[in-house]
Amino acid sequence: MPVEFRKDAVLSILGNKVLRLEDPKLLTVGGTYVGDLWLESMVHVSYVTSTVAHARIIGVDLEAAASMPGVVAIYSSKDVELSPMASMFRDKPAMNRPFLAKDRVRFVGEPVAMVLATSQEAAIDAAEMVLVEYDPLPVVVDPERALDADVVLYDEVGSNIVTSFGEAGDETIFGSCDVVVSLKIINQRLAPAPLEVRSAMATVDKYGRLLFYASTQTPHAVKTLLAKVLKLDPTQVHVITPDVGGGFGAKATQYPEEILVAWAALKLGRPVRWVETRSENMVGLGHGRAQVQNLTLGALADGTIQAYRVDVIQDSGAYPSIGAFLPILTKTMASGVYDIPKIEFRSTSVVTNTTPIVSYRGAGRPEATEAIERIIDVLARKLDMDPVEVRRINLISKDRFPYDTGTGATYDVGDYEGALDMLMEYSNYAELRREQKERLETSSKQVLGVGVSVYVEITNPFPNSEFGGVELTKDGGLSIRSGTSPHGQGHRTAWSMVASEIFGIPLEKIQVITGDTDVVPHGVGTFGSRSLQLGGAAVHEASVRAFEMAREVAAEMLEASPSDIVPTPDGDGLNVVGVPTSKVTYAEIYERSIAIGKKVTHELDFSETNSTFPFGAHLAVVEVDIETGKVELKRFVAVDDAGRIVAPLLAEGQVHGGIAQGVAQALLEEFSYDQRGNPQTGNLSDYTFISAMELPSFEVSHQETPTHLNPLGAKGIGESGTIGSTPAVHNAVLDALAPFGLIHIDMPLTPQKIWSALSR
Amino acid sequence: MKVSMKINGVDYEKDVEPRRLLVHFIREDAGLTGTNVGCDTSSCGACTILMNGESVKSCTVLAVQAEGAEILTIEGLAEPDGTMHPVQRAFQECHGLQCGYCTPGMVMAAVSLIKEESSLDEQKVRNALEGNLCRCTGYHNIVKAVLQAADEMGVKA
Repeated sequence: MPVEFRKDAVLSILGNKVLRLEDPKLLTVGGTYVGDLWLESMVHVSYVTSTVAHARIIGVDLEAAASMPGVVAIYSSKDVELSPMASMFRDKPAMNRPFLAKDRVRFVGEPVAMVLATSQEAAIDAAEMVLVEYDPLPVVVDPERALDADVVLYDEVGSNIVTSFGEAGDETIFGSCDVVVSLKIINQRLAPAPLEVRSAMATVDKYGRLLFYASTQTPHAVKTLLAKVLKLDPTQVHVITPDVGGGFGAKATQYPEEILVAWAALKLGRPVRWVETRSENMVGLGHGRAQVQNLTLGALADGTIQAYRVDVIQDSGAYPSIGAFLPILTKTMASGVYDIPKIEFRSTSVVTNTTPIVSYRGAGRPEATEAIERIIDVLARKLDMDPVEVRRINLISKDRFPYDTGTGATYDVGDYEGALDMLMEYSNYAELRREQKERLETSSKQVLGVGVSVYVEITNPFPNSEFGGVELTKDGGLSIRSGTSPHGQGHRTAWSMVASEIFGIPLEKIQVITGDTDVVPHGVGTFGSRSLQLGGAAVHEASVRAFEMAREVAAEMLEASPSDIVPTPDGDGLNVVGVPTSKVTYAEIYERSIAIGKKVTHELDFSETNSTFPFGAHLAVVEVDIETGKVELKRFVAVDDAGRIVAPLLAEGQVHGGIAQGVAQALLEEFSYDQRGNPQTGNLSDYTFISAMELPSFEVSHQETPTHLNPLGAKGIGESGTIGSTPAVHNAVLDALAPFGLIHIDMPLTPQKIWSALSR
Repeated sequence: MKVSMKINGVDYEKDVEPRRLLVHFIREDAGLTGTNVGCDTSSCGACTILMNGESVKSCTVLAVQAEGAEILTIEGLAEPDGTMHPVQRAFQECHGLQCGYCTPGMVMAAVSLIKEESSLDEQKVRNALEGNLCRCTGYHNIVKAVLQAADEMGVKA
């Protein structure tokens, strides 16, 4: 495996650009996704989904469909005896989601009937023949309107409010301010759109147990839910997660369509597979963001921030899921990188006749960063100060950590000014401002905009633990088991690096097992940028302890003290320090360890006492055509600090992908509905999924400020790119438009919106 | 209807429904699941393959339209001894893939692009790959990989 060693690395693989172990297979035969799995006599599923946003179901006529060729079974809600899926809002049981819509549909795309047939085509054909009679009800798609009770989704609840917290309205908090600015931001609804859609396959294995293949970020949670819903003993459920084609947070939620696949397999006693279409995915997989924010920021005349108020309305979609809960993270991160003495935060989550909101890359934190980073630009404008200067004077200085924000976060460690300094240098900020001025003076139709954001985010946001196990194998290699569930992140490579660092064993002799609940006894999964700092740290800790065991066995074999035993240079075994000839191979150690009953293996759960808080500074340069409103992103410069970087190639990839998704929110993407709740962007032809053409190459650098919360010193990096980039780009566009008197335009900043604003 | 074609040098013949898409023929009838389906509007390019040497989205072609065609998929790209094609190698070296789902289509599109162009630069690659969507990489390393492979294959910037 080619390895480029960096200059300061001494005999350490960590921090080096190691090529991925995952890639050869993915590049030559492709991954093995659920849709690639095939079982004898397998039955295919197609769901009949609601075509209206809000209606009473008068009747579901399955008769015509049942006589279609190849049909094996068709089910409507009356055939499904399962209790609705309990939401986390236990005080609102009426809002629990049924597996198939019963008396009422509440969003376009909600499953109403399940058709099973001998081929995918036959299932789709038959689904077309299911007749659902609807009695339409008034529709509410706007979360602000949902606050009024004229259209209520759940009669039993009487209002659309799922949950609310916080108070806002104390005007005295702005009493000491010389300047107060207000801003309303629509943080628009987005489709996560992983390239692989949702899919599931279920069968009964030879022992009579349920075997379920899931395209998920959380296989063990799937197992727990299956056992609970289907009333099975957990030992009777085996979940396997094969390759997963992206998740972005949305596959950390379990969906009724998936659970029903298992239910049907048990009922029919036949393997059942469901692979949705993209158009089904766009309305069936949960959406992200969807916050309306009313913001107020107050400062002294010199720019020192005094008080900040955030008032959020969170659209939860038709059935409250994790999305309704996410404003808590928006609150936690509300003040960002700034020292703000007084903060008020209020949030209300409401249901609407739309696809449920779940976590999507960033999940509550991009909303916080967008809010503070956008309004601080508005403040800078009001004060006629450089936006970087306003930021700089309010940054929490690096000697103040751990820092209590007063909003529920204790930032572990940070150097925000350091990141901003690097950004200014790498982007050549002063020169950019000069060029911008020059363009304006020559009255160019292509105006330049420069936007900055300085962000901090929370990773491993709800501190919990992760499983890691390391075992010496017969061939002198290692077998690693991890509770994380990679879907593109490269855990096989990273966890191998972490273990190789301790044992010296080459990467190609290390296997990593994830996503099999029979082999990995428990686990939490991959979301919230938690995997390296918990799962990776668990592998590290288990490696350290297993290595001690290997050393003891070797010490006995070599008649030396364990503390004198070190890995051989080739990673083949261990030798006495300074005596290369006094050596045993790992294969011999394995054999001996078995013989004396001291197997070299260790497993543990690693947890952190607190979340970690990666941060950074991003800068975007845009060119806006003032005649057409078209925005071109010319440059994107990022300085990110996620603590110690274990696998730089992977970290950089995470940053790149995150930036693209953040830019997509700023400039292109929005999942929209018409007033009757019909999706306007329900496929990849209408949804403006960002492509290579709309992006430049990124200029990415890292600052490394290790955290003390785990032995790797690492923080999460999966979501940083998304969190920092959206406001940087948004600010850049408004910076370009400032000479035209425009303060704010909501995202996505499409040519049409900009052109309209300029025409007013 | 009866349809026959050569995929990665192997002959396949099968009776299919006239509506059967080429991508489903490749995946289900030939059992080559490296080629993926990512959408239903011919937008994402995950199913890109080479048909008679040119890249096509195999969801836009009916199986019967490929009668007699020579198809190349990701499984047929490396040398018989397993040596990866320069594009495959560049994708690994540049970290041009993460979840891998768009990758087979992206690689096949890149192979075709490099073959068609006498010179390539970043903007040309970006424009040419507009119909191949990736959600993981932000395209940065994909573009880098395509340019590296092009360079190696004698197509200069």
